[in-house]
Amino acid sequence: MSTVIFRAIAPYLTALMVLFSIFVLLRGHNNPGGGFIGGLIAASAFAIYGIAYGVPPVRRAMRFHPMQLAAFGLVLAALAGVPSLLVSVPYLTGLWTYPTLFGVELALSTPLVFDIGVYCVVVGTISSIALSLEERER
Amino acid sequence: MPSEQFDWTFAAMAAPFLAALIAPFAKRVLGANAGWLLALAPAAMFLHFLTLLVPVADGQVLTNGLSWAPQFGVEFSYRLDGLSLLFALLISGIGALIVVYSGAYLKGHEHQGRFFSFILLFMGAMLGLVLADDLITLFIYWELTSITSFLLIGFDHAREASRRAALQALVVTAGGGLCLLAGFLMMIGLLGVGSMSEAIALGESFAADPLYLPILILILLGAFTKSAQFPFHSWLANAMEAPTPVSAYLHSATMVKAGVYLLLRVHPFMGGTEAWTTILPVFGGVTLMAGTFLALRQTDLKLILAYTTIASLGLLVMLAGTSVDTAILGALTYLLAHSLFKGGLFMVAGTVDHEAGSRDIRHLGGLARVMPVTFLAALVCAWSMGGLFVTLGFFAKEAMYDGLLQAGASGQILLAVAVLGNGLMFAAAFAVALIPFIGARPQALAKAHEGPVGLWLGPVLLAIAGVTGIVFASWTQNSLIAPTLMAVAGAEPPMKLSYGIYFNEVLALSAGTWLLGIAAFLALRPLRGAIAGLLSAIGWGPDRGFDQLVSALTNLSAAITRFIQNGDLMRYMTVTFAAFALALLLPLFLFGEWPSWPAAFHLAYYEWAVAGLAVIGLIAVVVARNRLIAIVSLGIQGFAVALIFMLFGAPDLSFTQFMVETLSVVILALVMTRLRLTPSDQRGTLKRTKDATLALACGVGTAALLLAVTGLPFDDRVSEFFAQYSLTIAHGRNIVNVIIVDFRGLDTLGEIGVVLIAGLAVLALLRFPAPWRRRDEDDPYDNTHKEQA
Amino acid sequence: MEGPLALLVGCFFAASVYLMLSDSLIRILIGVVVLSNAVNLLIFVAGRIVKEVPPIIPLGAQIPPIETANPLPQALILTAIVISFSFFAFLLVLVFRTYQALGTDKTDEMHLAEPQGEPIPPRGY
Repeated sequence: MSTVIFRAIAPYLTALMVLFSIFVLLRGHNNPGGGFIGGLIAASAFAIYGIAYGVPPVRRAMRFHPMQLAAFGLVLAALAGVPSLLVSVPYLTGLWTYPTLFGVELALSTPLVFDIGVYCVVVGTISSIALSLEERER
Repeated sequence: MPSEQFDWTFAAMAAPFLAALIAPFAKRVLGANAGWLLALAPAAMFLHFLTLLVPVADGQVLTNGLSWAPQFGVEFSYRLDGLSLLFALLISGIGALIVVYSGAYLKGHEHQGRFFSFILLFMGAMLGLVLADDLITLFIYWELTSITSFLLIGFDHAREASRRAALQALVVTAGGGLCLLAGFLMMIGLLGVGSMSEAIALGESFAADPLYLPILILILLGAFTKSAQFPFHSWLANAMEAPTPVSAYLHSATMVKAGVYLLLRVHPFMGGTEAWTTILPVFGGVTLMAGTFLALRQTDLKLILAYTTIASLGLLVMLAGTSVDTAILGALTYLLAHSLFKGGLFMVAGTVDHEAGSRDIRHLGGLARVMPVTFLAALVCAWSMGGLFVTLGFFAKEAMYDGLLQAGASGQILLAVAVLGNGLMFAAAFAVALIPFIGARPQALAKAHEGPVGLWLGPVLLAIAGVTGIVFASWTQNSLIAPTLMAVAGAEPPMKLSYGIYFNEVLALSAGTWLLGIAAFLALRPLRGAIAGLLSAIGWGPDRGFDQLVSALTNLSAAITRFIQNGDLMRYMTVTFAAFALALLLPLFLFGEWPSWPAAFHLAYYEWAVAGLAVIGLIAVVVARNRLIAIVSLGIQGFAVALIFMLFGAPDLSFTQFMVETLSVVILALVMTRLRLTPSDQRGTLKRTKDATLALACGVGTAALLLAVTGLPFDDRVSEFFAQYSLTIAHGRNIVNVIIVDFRGLDTLGEIGVVLIAGLAVLALLRFPAPWRRRDEDDPYDNTHKEQA
Repeated sequence: MEGPLALLVGCFFAASVYLMLSDSLIRILIGVVVLSNAVNLLIFVAGRIVKEVPPIIPLGAQIPPIETANPLPQALILTAIVISFSFFAFLLVLVFRTYQALGTDKTDEMHLAEPQGEPIPPRGY
């Protein structure tokens, strides 16, 4: 699998895919995309890098164990529902706010936080599975 | 009683449970003396019920209720009339003595605190049973007594005999309880009668209902199992495995009387019919005969008493079955007398066992000199049991004979049975009360001595009560017997309770009973041998039947398990999918829902191409002979699915499917390269044909179901809701994403939890080496790997 | 419109059942993958088919101006795809470890959990 061409383009491909995955995640609310798809794209990116250069560099690059990322995502998603409890509406009800930053109106919402949580869970879990299977191959 | 006022009866019903709660702590602090403290609870209850004697004797029926489950019409309610009150007094009064007695009897036992708890729990359950008015409440207390008695019989759980006895008691009595529940549910559901009070108000019109007979049979099954009627009697004899205080309390004075209580309770609206006066005397009479004969065969004091208890219960059932007022008067008096003398005699047996170390009458004798108080108590109790002068037992016997004389032609047979039974019980009574105490004292008993006050207080008080009850006959009659008879039969006592002796034919029958009893007592040894010979000639009884039933059940379940779970995965799969195919196809055929062949195939050429790609991928997967082809063709069908999603307006699904298929192929390839697999499946042609047929049936079934479903008009209300409000409420234009993260967010939260857990499981499987992963060594678990060992 | 796709779903089911009836763990695993596709398609088709119009509200509109594909089955299937992938990975690793431990992938050679000739349970109390 680790041909010269593959190894040469793998870092760029990975970086591109991770960026693209975040783009897909953020546009998900209004266009095709979202946390699940974005997470899968990012996980594939790590898997590709792992195939090209071996697993240890990927692990170093990720800094955290993928399952830590996944656990963080689950907690984040669960916490995204808490603010709605504070304003006495049912758990996980969407709340929206539109602050203006440098003249650009931003749409921030608890569903966005929730979707980021989903993204983290999917990235973490799937890349954990893929990386540990790749590890065994060597 | 007005409900605003605090109702002490509810407090009395709760008291034993509270006492049970503190019992283990009391035991820890006070040791064996905790019995004296804990006995205060039943003693206080006893006093409370004593104060109620006056209003009840005036003919009042005290009721009160708390709402429990109003939507089902279930109340927590009690009904205190003469019958309930008599039982409540027995339960609390004897209960107090038993708690004191067990303090001394189980002194130093490691689990005495637990024992106190159990017996107080039982007391609460039994009290609730006799007070309950609502049928569901009654049933719950009924089963509570079964469960607490299971705990008490199995108290000595280290012995197999105890465990067996406990299990048998539970199976028999709780099984009967379920029949009772069925009967009660029929009463509630079909007749609209929710409580005893309502049923009693219906009176005899209840018996005219066509459902009367099934309800009667179900209730009788409950009562007969609880009161150990033949052929359900063996659990009571086995229950003697329990510590003696339990036998004295549950298996003479209270729990086994629950069945009799129920019969008396339902008598006002179920009694007196032809079925009643046929079934009850027959079962009661047979039980009486069987109980007395089996009692004389025994040599163990407790077993003799246990079988005479069975006989007494049979006698009570028989008398209740006559529906003659005088006979019922006799039964009620006998019930009272029996609780007093049998409880006393059991405690005597326990005291003898405790102090002399044996319960076998062949090894006992001459204890009168060293245990005079116990001996005296035993003698007085036996006096009452034998129905001799100036005891409650005497009057009970007179009344029952008088009643049976009035019971018509069948009464003559019952009378003969009663005389014979009473005579043999007379012999058994004195076998227990005399043989251990008179004669020469064997060497082994040299160290026997009188027990502590806790051990003789109970028998003495009960013996005294049996005599004073008749000495103060008018009080007993007015306060206890008359109100009870009113509750059971709706009649004033036809004869006056007294210790007087009237020279009439009844006295002649009594004299006959005594003569028979004395003869049997003198001939005890040959009689015992004869009965033992007879029993071994029969060689089978319900007790052995229970064992056979249990082992048959074990065999059956083992056989079924071996048949269903034979370890053959292919068979499990075949059964599962056969059921799946049948569930799909059968209803379509049976209800004529078979869909018509799709009229038109409006697909564009590229859509046909995608569908064709999917089919090619599937065929390739199925026939693949090499794993690379299998993986690639698996990918093909997956990408075809992604294309289908793309073509039919689901871009989100399409992207997701593409990513997942890619990753699947990658990790499948990673793993498959490490497996040395046989290239293709090695099923025989026959097996393949069968599997293919089954697979086709599943496929056709799904397709047909889907065709039938899509042929129906579509209810799009939910989808419309999401489409309408996706932007206006949830501020999102991608409706699918809005559903996932907002409308159904909680669902998604659960789903990502599942994903995370799957990831953890994979990690755990890969990271930790399997403990049984040692193929080269001699591994006891690895019984499949036999090659190149 | 749904007719041909319904028949295709039937093909998916038939293929997956045939694979799962096999005695080889790997074929069963592949059957499970096909089965999850089959079920997803089943839900998709049962929610009715609309061509090429994704359930997305265009800019400037408050509700979808024309009939779109049914969003509800899509939302259900989207999560189902990811979950079934996770479980596919789990099953794959399980098969892999089973193969390592037992040295076979034939189900009829595995009797660790349900040994043959198990003794009859005790008769006592």
